[in-house]
Amino acid sequence: MATLKLDNVKKSFGKTDVIHGVSVDVEDGEFIVIVGPSGCGKSTLLRMVAGLETVTSGEVRINGKRVNDVEPMDRDIAMVFQNYALYPHMSVFDNMAYGLKIAKVPKPEIAERVQTAAKLLQLEPYLQRKPRELSGGQRQRVAMGRAIVRKPAVFLFDEPLSNLDAKLRVQMRLEIKALQRELGVTSLYVTHDQVEAMTLADRMIVMNAGVADQIGAPLDVYANPETEFVAGFIGSPPTNFIDAALVGGQSGRIGVRPEHIALSDTGLLTATVGYSEALGAETLVHLRTGDGAQITVRQDAALPIPGEGETRGLSWTDENVMRFDASGLRQH
Amino acid sequence: MAERNGMVEKRGSGLWLTHLGLIIGVAFIFFPIWLAFVASTVDQQDIVRPPMPLLPGDKFFENYGRALVSGVNAPVATMLWNSLVMALGIALGKIAISLLSAFAIVYFRFPGRKVFFWLIFLTLMLPVEVRIVPTFEVIANFGMLNSYSGLILPLIASATATFLFRQFFMTVPDELAEAARVDGAKPMRFFFDILLPMSRTNIAALFVILFIYGWNQYLWPLLITTDPEMNTIVMGIKQMFPSGDDFAHWPTIMATSILAMVPPVIVVIGMQKLFIRGLVESEK
Ligand SMILES: Nc1ncnc2c1ncn2[C@@H]1O[C@H](COP(=O)(O)OP(=O)(O)OP(=O)(O)O)[C@@H](O)[C@H]1O
Ligand SMILES: [Mg+2]
Repeated sequence: MATLKLDNVKKSFGKTDVIHGVSVDVEDGEFIVIVGPSGCGKSTLLRMVAGLETVTSGEVRINGKRVNDVEPMDRDIAMVFQNYALYPHMSVFDNMAYGLKIAKVPKPEIAERVQTAAKLLQLEPYLQRKPRELSGGQRQRVAMGRAIVRKPAVFLFDEPLSNLDAKLRVQMRLEIKALQRELGVTSLYVTHDQVEAMTLADRMIVMNAGVADQIGAPLDVYANPETEFVAGFIGSPPTNFIDAALVGGQSGRIGVRPEHIALSDTGLLTATVGYSEALGAETLVHLRTGDGAQITVRQDAALPIPGEGETRGLSWTDENVMRFDASGLRQH
Repeated sequence: MAERNGMVEKRGSGLWLTHLGLIIGVAFIFFPIWLAFVASTVDQQDIVRPPMPLLPGDKFFENYGRALVSGVNAPVATMLWNSLVMALGIALGKIAISLLSAFAIVYFRFPGRKVFFWLIFLTLMLPVEVRIVPTFEVIANFGMLNSYSGLILPLIASATATFLFRQFFMTVPDELAEAARVDGAKPMRFFFDILLPMSRTNIAALFVILFIYGWNQYLWPLLITTDPEMNTIVMGIKQMFPSGDDFAHWPTIMATSILAMVPPVIVVIGMQKLFIRGLVESEK
């Protein structure tokens, strides 16, 4: 198995700097999710690990070996692409076997490895079909199968589920997680979906405009965001941000998660109730403060739902307040 | 419902009209060919003396046999063979060259890439007829007159086909090339294993077009083949026409014309399925 190390990796396309130095140590068998908004450089980072993009500066090490100048095939990685990138004229079997054929693996072994992978992914009935004769979910599995048969040291996934419908996405998410557990292969997984990130990751890298804002276990990141960006990006509905000056602070803003705010008659702040969303188990109440900031409160469904236009107080306890300075860094 | 019935009826009469139109069109195009066929199965006397017969005569084997074996200047069999070699050479050569150049232009960054692209583009504006004198000079100096290579080589470079493949390659998702790279395929392996099979309908369509293009070449073979043994069929037909007081054996000429049509027809019919698929869809 394998470890992966990024050491101050940077990337520029011509004069535009896209990745501003990312460092991370990935342990053997760890599932790392790279998450961030569109255009923040997730794919670029992953593609540098794959060897599809050159590294401008810094180092990529797989199993301790520097691979900056190594061809993708010699890096011992396998990649699952967003659009699957299956070879359209080859059968499912040939799609999975292609890499092994090139590596001159003996035929019986190829057959055996493909069979094993097909069994694992429930693809056995489809081995002779062409990709266009498969559903989206099945194509997705073939793409996974192609990665699995190579028994790589590192799996790389670039938004592999983004072309699937919501239900299938949840199902495939579970399957990917189970599969990765079972195979124990070190994995790097890119997504812009924070729910996917929270559920899949052993640790996640939250990217913001080419910088890794925070690296940590999902619940740690959720509970202790290091920057305002992370606090706002991870969690749904997102963290409420309030100008610190409004509640007796100095500069910067404070963040409070929707589940940590309670509606009361008097509070630290008053706000006007907008619309409310009753989701069954819980209710989301959207309010607007005097200075126009949007506040979302997540409360138990059993609590009364305030009427639109009412003015309510907002209260929270001090331990749930996250303080950020003017540059967005967390103050402890 | 009523509206629907009306629609069907309207479509019904429309259908008949369209068919009628098409049938007239086909008859119009086909009639001269039919006359040529009839003329190739009768006696010289039957043709020379009006009215022209409209039904085939009984000299089919005699006329075709004579055409194939002896012909007028050269046996038609020889000319057919020459044409076949030339048409195949041009079609396959053009396809091979343009596939490779399109591959280079689309998938590689090399110095002068743009320049080469525009150079290829320029040749579009220089058809054979325009550059025929200098090309003749070159071929003559290489001693390639009266040879297959002389017939084929100058016609092989093809900007059109290069463009077609370039266009097609650009629609192939980049991810596919990257997946192949991760799978360990070197560029040429990617070309042969993935790009080539994916282009097969385009290749088939192009083959049909280029085969006919090659088969129908007239001016160039006329210029560089002086030896009757190297004549191609299309120029051969022209040379059979009587000049001055020569005596023309029309049934043989007509038989030759019909024979000249057969190979392109076989190619079109044989590759019809692939050809049409290549024109209307590109498989991805
Ligand atoms: N080949 C390139 N040349 C120039 N700029 C590029 C190139 N590829 C990517 N970029 C830029 O780099 C930035 C990061 O791109 P990247 O594809 O890594 O984003 P991403 O985080 O994967 O976004 P998404 O979630 O939309 O896929 C973008 O601003 C993009 O415009
Ligand atoms: Mg991306």
